[in-house]
Parts: sequence; structure tokens; C-alpha cells
Amino acid sequence: MSGTHAHTVPYVAETHYPAEPAPVSTTGPIAWLRENLFSSWLNAAITLICLAFILWIVPGILDWAVFKSVWHAKSLSECREIIVQTYGEGTTGACWAVIHERLGQLLYGFYPVDQRWRPDVTLLLLITAMIPLLFQTMRPLVVVMAALIGVKILIAAYLAVTENTLGSLFGPTTIVAIVIGGLAYFFGDTHHRTRWLVFTIVFPILAYFLLWGGIILEPIPSSRFGGFLLTMVIGVTGIAGSLPLGILLALGRQSKLPILRLICVTFIEFIRGVPLITLLFVASTLLNYFLPPGTNFDLILRVLIMVTLFASAYMAEVIRGGLAALPKGQYEASDTLGLTYWQGMRLIILPQALKISIPGIVNTFIGLFKDTTLVAVIGLLDPLGLTNPIRSDANWNGIVWELYGFIAFLFFVCCWGMSRYSMYLETRLRAADRR
Amino acid sequence: MSVATGAPPPTFRIDMLWRDERYRSGFIQAIAMIILMLGVAWLVNNTIENLSALGKDFDFGFLWQSAQYDINQRLIEYNNQDTNARAALVGILNTLLIAVMGCVSATFLGVVAGVLRLSKNWLIARLMTVYVETFRNVPVLIWILLVAAVVNESLPSPRAFRGVDTGAFVATNRGFYIPAPILDAGGGIVVGIFLASIVALIIVRRWARKRQDATGEQLPLFWIGLGILLVPAVLAYFVLGMPIRLEYPELKGFNFGGGIYMRDSLVALWLALSLYTGAFISEIVRAGILSVSHGQTEAAAALGLRPNRAMRLIILPQALRVIVPPLISQYLNLTKNSSLAIAVGYMDATGTLGGITLNQTGREMECILLLMGFYLIVSLFISTVMNIYNSRVKLVER
Repeated sequence: MSGTHAHTVPYVAETHYPAEPAPVSTTGPIAWLRENLFSSWLNAAITLICLAFILWIVPGILDWAVFKSVWHAKSLSECREIIVQTYGEGTTGACWAVIHERLGQLLYGFYPVDQRWRPDVTLLLLITAMIPLLFQTMRPLVVVMAALIGVKILIAAYLAVTENTLGSLFGPTTIVAIVIGGLAYFFGDTHHRTRWLVFTIVFPILAYFLLWGGIILEPIPSSRFGGFLLTMVIGVTGIAGSLPLGILLALGRQSKLPILRLICVTFIEFIRGVPLITLLFVASTLLNYFLPPGTNFDLILRVLIMVTLFASAYMAEVIRGGLAALPKGQYEASDTLGLTYWQGMRLIILPQALKISIPGIVNTFIGLFKDTTLVAVIGLLDPLGLTNPIRSDANWNGIVWELYGFIAFLFFVCCWGMSRYSMYLETRLRAADRR
Repeated sequence: MSVATGAPPPTFRIDMLWRDERYRSGFIQAIAMIILMLGVAWLVNNTIENLSALGKDFDFGFLWQSAQYDINQRLIEYNNQDTNARAALVGILNTLLIAVMGCVSATFLGVVAGVLRLSKNWLIARLMTVYVETFRNVPVLIWILLVAAVVNESLPSPRAFRGVDTGAFVATNRGFYIPAPILDAGGGIVVGIFLASIVALIIVRRWARKRQDATGEQLPLFWIGLGILLVPAVLAYFVLGMPIRLEYPELKGFNFGGGIYMRDSLVALWLALSLYTGAFISEIVRAGILSVSHGQTEAAAALGLRPNRAMRLIILPQALRVIVPPLISQYLNLTKNSSLAIAVGYMDATGTLGGITLNQTGREMECILLLMGFYLIVSLFISTVMNIYNSRVKLVER
């Protein structure tokens, strides 16, 4: 075979040469650096400027927030004294003592201290109610509950060492966590999901009973709700209420009935055209005028109504986008099958339209969750509303970064988690499309 | 089986209202209309009863009464003897001021951050991601309050500048001072000439484009444009003896005088709103640039266009079609978010009409109605602009 060629071609390879490794300059960390950081003079300059910026800012922040911070003190001036004594004149550090002292308030507002297990249990039940909506199996719930019990044990161990008490290791939260975790571990497969969804439907009633009290639990007026508890109550209610309302409004806006459409369009455009703060003003000052004389229900319920209406208008627009993106053939197909309007919507149109609009829906949720901070402006004591009394307290006068930083961090964790979840869902649904 | 299906029985039964296609839509709409009317009537009736029980009426006369309060940041003349209506006008102008300032700087920030997030440089792309995620995931009200608190607590008070040469820009805890342009006699002429040369520039560009369409020849438009824009104004400036000068802020007594004064609340609101909205805009810009397929760049190169021309003629027009609609809705969001000014004491429309005027006159109904009306007009105006733009750039399909 090679013999014939050997006479006509100057060189013929007769053996197989093993592949050479790629040149060092195109693989490995050096090449990565060259490609991504120093590909041109301009890039190199940008990299160096960025590095300088990071080196300037990160050690400073770490130093301030971690290494030279104070966790136990009675006031800001005491904090500063401790820092100056320990690290020398002119050093500044974070005074996390304010968070340490006011943590209960920032999380629960003025909810009675001995009743604070109730919001805790409600939060656990909220997670339990949400997991079957968010995931296919209940396994994540096992992980969450196990992590929670682990954290509780760690805190108990810490308290046992420092304060010689076991703390609240055996409180209602732990019991509920163990029960739920156990149930999720043994009955957590996909075919049990429907039963967990039944719990999800019951949850709002349970949550209302737990938080506001009644029958056997001590009733708590909602004026004592505050801090992150209030944020969660407003955010979760708004999210849960705005989705069904938004779907109805979107369907109304798409409807062939002109009067219905006009009503929905007017409502949506009106709500979207005014800032939330004006709607909250309506809740705080005007809503009582619109109701029969003598009715006077509390501010938080009024705010809940307004926030839900506000979010539902935005939700309607997102879902309308999903409805509009469906090919007309789907509507025609459902008519051809002889389905009624509601059957067609429920079985054919909405499942697809909602799937398309998931990123938008989650974005609306994130926006709503962030917008709950606006209730501070009408005097409700959410975490931001609590910053004013804390900052005007003589002990903590002048505290800025620690307080806002902590609240911002809490919000960041929640919102960032939601946006990550939406990305995960998008990939999962795209995989379902690919087949 | 042989029974012929004739015309439907002509008798009208009551269940045909919701079972028969012919009557159903009318019936449902009539029901909806009746429910709506009843609801509105119920609300109006309640309101009238409640108002009369409180001895209040529904009257806009308070707008022409003296407002009795001061507004410390204003674009037009105002004192506390002026009417509530004028106070509201000052507030509305302040809202528009912060909206325009915020939109300009947020767009700038957003475009820079969006382009840099797509940079090949790994480090700066990551840095910009950190910026975007940090600002997008934390409520804007926290940013506003944080910036306001930092300005108030960490900047020096005006007194600290005593005996210090401050220069053109001063940052104090009461606000920022920047130089103010002062027009002396003849200054107006220079400004007029400058405005005239802008008009001339637009005309010349039109003419040059027509010429290019007709003959294919191109003019060095950039240099010609720069010349038209600057030369006449600069000449006039020197010929008339430099009639425009800058007035620097100076310490007078306990505070600064002269220059343009930007209150601390304005600065805080401006910074926070632009950083926050900028993060959203950068995502929009990034998505817009990514939406133009790579084939378009290659096609432009194959046609022999140089990279900057390809960007200007091929990529940008297509990316803008994706970018502009959400960008405008971000502008709308910024304008609505500017109502949070009330949290830092900047007197915008919410702070005057929905704040002090409301509290002093006790006319909640009227004030909030006017306030909502104002924001509705602004947002309707912005959506009209968006619709016009959308219909202009819409893809022309067969």
C-alpha cells in the first residue's frame, strides 16, 4: 500500500505518531490569564486598574466588617472605645453590637417575646407549603429541616459554653422541624406530592391562626407585627394573591368582550401608572372613606389589599405577554377539540403561557418583595421603619452602615435566591422542551 | 334517525342567556357592567356618607390658599406666602428635575456596565456582575436612605471649610455646590449663536445624507459638524469680551452662597436612583447586544464595512429595537421611584402635594387624586412616546 506511494511522493508517514499535547501557551492558567486578562494593552490596563480597585476596597471592607468589628457592647461610643483600645487610635470597625442587641426587633418587630415561636413555626410551615410547588420531590425539605436542626444544635452548644444554658433547643420549632423533616423523608416521593399540595392549600388558614392567634393561642394585634416578619407577611400574601388575580386580569384583557376588556385595561393601566407610594397613601388615609361608615379594619390588612392589587396589575402584564406569545394555533386547537373557554384555558393555554412567563413572574415577585419596604414611609415598622427609632436612640446615634448593611443583606439573600431559582426553573423547562 | 334537524326552536328559554353563543357575551357583559356600577355606586355612597359625617366636602379651593411652608430646593420662585397650587408646581418641577437627571446618569451607567459585562476581560466582567447583582437585589429605598445617611454623617459640615480654599465643587453634609454660569451683557447672544449652530448642524447633516444618497460621496461629517458647532460660538464669546463666567460657591457666614446648590436629599436620591436603575439598564443593554446574531457582524464584515461602521449601521439599529422599549419602561420606573423622595425630605410632587399640603389642609381625597393624576399623565406621556417609537422601528413584514 505504501509501497506504490513511496516512489511518487517524497515522504509518506508509515507509522502513527501520538498526538502532541497542545502548546503550553494555549492551555492552562497562563493561557487563560493571557486570553482573559492581558489580551491587549488596553485589556492589561483595565485588569490592573480593576486589581488595584479590588485590593484597595476588599481588605478595607473585610477589616472593617470582620477583623475589627465588635459584637458585644452597650452603645456605639462603647464600641468605638473598644476598637480604639484594641487596635489603636484612628481605627474604625463595624459595631455589630447594634444588630446583636436589636436582632429580635429587626426580625419580629414588637411581637411578644414569649410568642415568637409562632412566626418561627409559620416560617417552617411556609417552607413546607412552598417546596411541593417549587420542586418535584420533597427531598429539599429534608435538607432544609436537617440544616435547621443542625444550626439549632450549634447555637445551643454555643449558648451552653458561653451562658451555661441550653437555650431553646427543645422548643416548638425543633419539634415541628423534626416532624416535618421525618414526614418528608419517609413520604417525600413524587407520587406523594398531591398530599403535600393539600397542605399548601390549608396553609394560609393555619398561618393566619398561628400569627394572629385565636381559640387557644393568645391573640396578637397586627400593630405589634414588625421587622422582617412584616416584610414576609406582606410579601408572601402579595405574591400568593397577585398570581390568581393577575391571571384573571390578563384573561380579561385578552377577552373578546369589550366592556370586560375595558374594565381590565383601565384597572391595569391605572395601577401601573401611579407609584406604589400613592396607593399606600390611599390605604393609610382614604380606604376608610370608601367603606361603610363605622368599619375600621387595621392598617396592615389595608396595606395587604393595596399591595396585592398593585402586584396583580404587573402580574397581569407579564402573563399577557405569555398569552400573546402562544401561537394562534393553540387557541384554535382547543376550540377544535370542543373544549369550553375555561377548559381550554386550564388544559391547553395557561400551562403553556405560564411556562413562558415564569422569568417575568419571578421578577415581579422579586420586585414586590423589595417594594414591601415602602410601607416604612406610611409608618409601619418593617426593618427599614425600625431603623429610625434605632438610629435616634441615644445609644446608637450615628450608626449607618451596620444597620442598613444588615437589612440590605437580608433582602439580598431572599431576592438573589429567588432569581437563582428562576434560572434553575428556566433550564429545567428548557430541557423539557428539547426532548 | 330520519328526523330532520330543523331550525332551533324559536322559543326563548332563560338558560340560553349563558348557554347560547348568541346571547352569552352580551349577558356576561351586562352582568359585569351592573356589578361595576353597583360597586362604584356603593363606594361613592360610602364616601359621601363618611365625608358628611366628618363635616368635610369635596373642594379644590384649598389650592388657591396660601401654603404657609417653605421649600428649600426649587427651580422657580416660591415663598411660603404663595398658594398651594404653586407649591405643588414647585414639587412637580422637582420631580421632573430628578427624573431627567436620574434618567441621563442611569443610562450612562447602564450602558457602560452592560457593555463591560460583555467584555472579554474576565475581571471587569465579574466586577460589573457584582455591581448589577448587588443593586438589583436590594430595595431602592434602602439605597436612598443609606446614601442620604452617608452624605449626612460622613461629609464635613460647611463650617469645616472656614479658611480653606474650596475651589469649584464643594461637598458638605448640607448638600453639594457646583459653579453657576452667569450671563453678563451679551452672554445671551453667545448662547443664541450656539443654539443657532445646532440647528445649522442638523440641516447640514440632512443635506449631506441626501447628497450621499444621490451621488455616493461622503463628507467628513464629524469634523464639519464639530466646526459648525464650536467655531461661531467660540468666536462670538471672545469678540463680545467673554460675557459668560462661572460663579464659584463661597463660604458666607454659616453656609455657602453663590454657585448652584444641590441639597443633600437631592444628591442622595439622584445617586441612589441612578445606581439602582443603572443596574437594570445594564441588563437590558446586555440582552440587546446579545440579541443581535453573530451572523450580522460577519455579514457586515463580508460587505466590507469597517468595525465602527458595522456597529453604527448594522448592529446598533438592531440592538436598539430590543433595548429601547424596556429602557423607556425603566425611565418610567425611575420617575415613579422618585416619589420615594419623601423618605429623605426632598420636596417633589409627593412631598408637597401628597405630603405637607395634604397634612396641613386635611384634604386627603383631593390631594391624592391630583397626585395620581400627575403621575398618570407622566406615564401616559411616556407610553405614548414608546408606542410611537415601537411603530417606527417595527420590522416591516410581508
